[in-house]
Amino acid sequence: MVGSRSISARVLQVIGNAVLLFGVFLTVMPFLYMISASFKPGNELYTIPFRFFPKNMYIGNYQQLFGQTNFVRWFGNSTFMALGRTALAVVLSLMAAYGFAKFDFRFKNVLFLLLIATLTLPIYVILIPLYSMMIGFGWINSYWALILPFGAQAIGVFLGRQYLLGVPTEMLEAARIDGASEWGIFWRIIVPIAKPVTATMAILFFSAAWKDFIWPLLVINDDSMFPLSLGLPSLIGPYTQEYGILMAGSFMATLPILIIFLIMQRRFIEGIMAGAVKG
Amino acid sequence: MSVQQSPETAPAIRPRTRGGTRSWWSRHEHDIAPYLFILPFFLIYGTFFLYPVISSFILSFYKSVGIGSRTFVGASNYVQLANDPRYLKALVNTTVYTLASVFILSPLALALAMTVRSFLVPSPNMQSFYRIAFFLPNLTSFVVIALMFALIFNKDFGLLNQALAGLGLPKIGWLRDTRFAMPSIVMVAIWTFLGINSLYFLSGLQAIPEEINEAASIDGATRPQTFWHVTLPLLRPTILFVVVQAVIFSYQSFDLPYLLTAGGPSDATLTLAMYLYQTGFSRFNMGYAAAIGYSLAMIAIIVSIFQFGLFRLWGEE
Repeated sequence: MVGSRSISARVLQVIGNAVLLFGVFLTVMPFLYMISASFKPGNELYTIPFRFFPKNMYIGNYQQLFGQTNFVRWFGNSTFMALGRTALAVVLSLMAAYGFAKFDFRFKNVLFLLLIATLTLPIYVILIPLYSMMIGFGWINSYWALILPFGAQAIGVFLGRQYLLGVPTEMLEAARIDGASEWGIFWRIIVPIAKPVTATMAILFFSAAWKDFIWPLLVINDDSMFPLSLGLPSLIGPYTQEYGILMAGSFMATLPILIIFLIMQRRFIEGIMAGAVKG
Repeated sequence: MSVQQSPETAPAIRPRTRGGTRSWWSRHEHDIAPYLFILPFFLIYGTFFLYPVISSFILSFYKSVGIGSRTFVGASNYVQLANDPRYLKALVNTTVYTLASVFILSPLALALAMTVRSFLVPSPNMQSFYRIAFFLPNLTSFVVIALMFALIFNKDFGLLNQALAGLGLPKIGWLRDTRFAMPSIVMVAIWTFLGINSLYFLSGLQAIPEEINEAASIDGATRPQTFWHVTLPLLRPTILFVVVQAVIFSYQSFDLPYLLTAGGPSDATLTLAMYLYQTGFSRFNMGYAAAIGYSLAMIAIIVSIFQFGLFRLWGEE
């Protein structure tokens, strides 16, 4: 890219960036459409041609969303479900990961192989017995059903083990010599050391839980127990075509994840990418 | 940390000698601890995952409609699958969707990653701008994505048809026309997954040392030559990974098609997972649904084994 090539390189750069920016436009456009629609009264949405900026900022959709629908409750349900699953899965994963990374015990390899073998199995395999189990336990329409079955995430054990393998064993031995209990070692040495991988796991589990759709669809049918993924679509009913409210709700449902993302971009991307790494 | 607080204990002295004065627990703590650390995980995993996996397998050999009645029917659920036109339709649809994500989405993601990393985007700030912008759909739940696109695809006032009208083209019933429903869903899937897939490629490209490309260009290789003969072969593990992920997840696709079209029009977008859902939870044909579930698992297992074999042959050199 020196000398005579620099001009053609410059031209290519402009073209390349124009194409990329068009891609960005296509990516962002649906979000802008959503936000724009959420500030329009119902009838203005159907006007042709589409105008991005509403004639005047209409906040009626938000008023209705918070005042006349169960949105706040759904938001709370989603938050509770996501936090519950995340907390449980992070703690259990980290404990098991520590067991696998730093101890030798009988059946260790067998159990680890079992985890690897079951990792690729799709959730659809277990859907039917798990659903029957929820009925048997009387857990339909309960937080138990939303949280507990997702408390053990094999991928978390993998990520945690991978990370903890790098922790020097001498450090733990030294603590043992000093008379620290095994739980004390876990709690006071492993947990602080594992902060980065804990954050990765937490983001992965939280965003998966926040998006979960099929499981709530099966085990929740009571409006007041809906997470957002069920609540929002329920707004398009036989009586309403209120897309404005729908878009307001969609925007509000996306906002928390967006904020977390903006605060901790790098770790967030790491967390999502880790989700697909299997085996 | 509290660990380093007792200088009087020299590391050579081991108070952990098996002395009779110490309690049973402190003598055995180290041997028992690993089981206690893995126990909570395996309790939940066993109850809510392993048990259903086995139970579902057994169920797939039974005829079980509704609650209670169960008759052993051997492999007849699986035989029935092979002759069930709706199942086969769903299999074809899901395969089409999968092929699209392998042959359209993945190359597009690679192209995007290559472009963002090439001399075309010299500034690191612009690079991270593109990275973040294309990642945004990953923050959004499928429900929100489906609601947004239902509006964009709307026949009467949707953005897409307005754009077509602007070009003087007729309106299309994107999600209601059997010819366009699946392509529409593929478009949404590309929109959703392009960013994350190009991130995988980006991290694969970052692992390739800059000197290799420089060496190639010093040796007189043109950019396309470098791409085909240097970059692409070095990227094999990443390509394999992305493609396998695409196949496994595409075969499990449920949320987007369910929310956008519910499988319609006339089963044009019915996926395997959706057929399982309908069979198990609308018609309560549990045994048959379990068999569909295991057919999905078989696909995932075959692809994983294939990946493993291919990786040893081809991925690592």
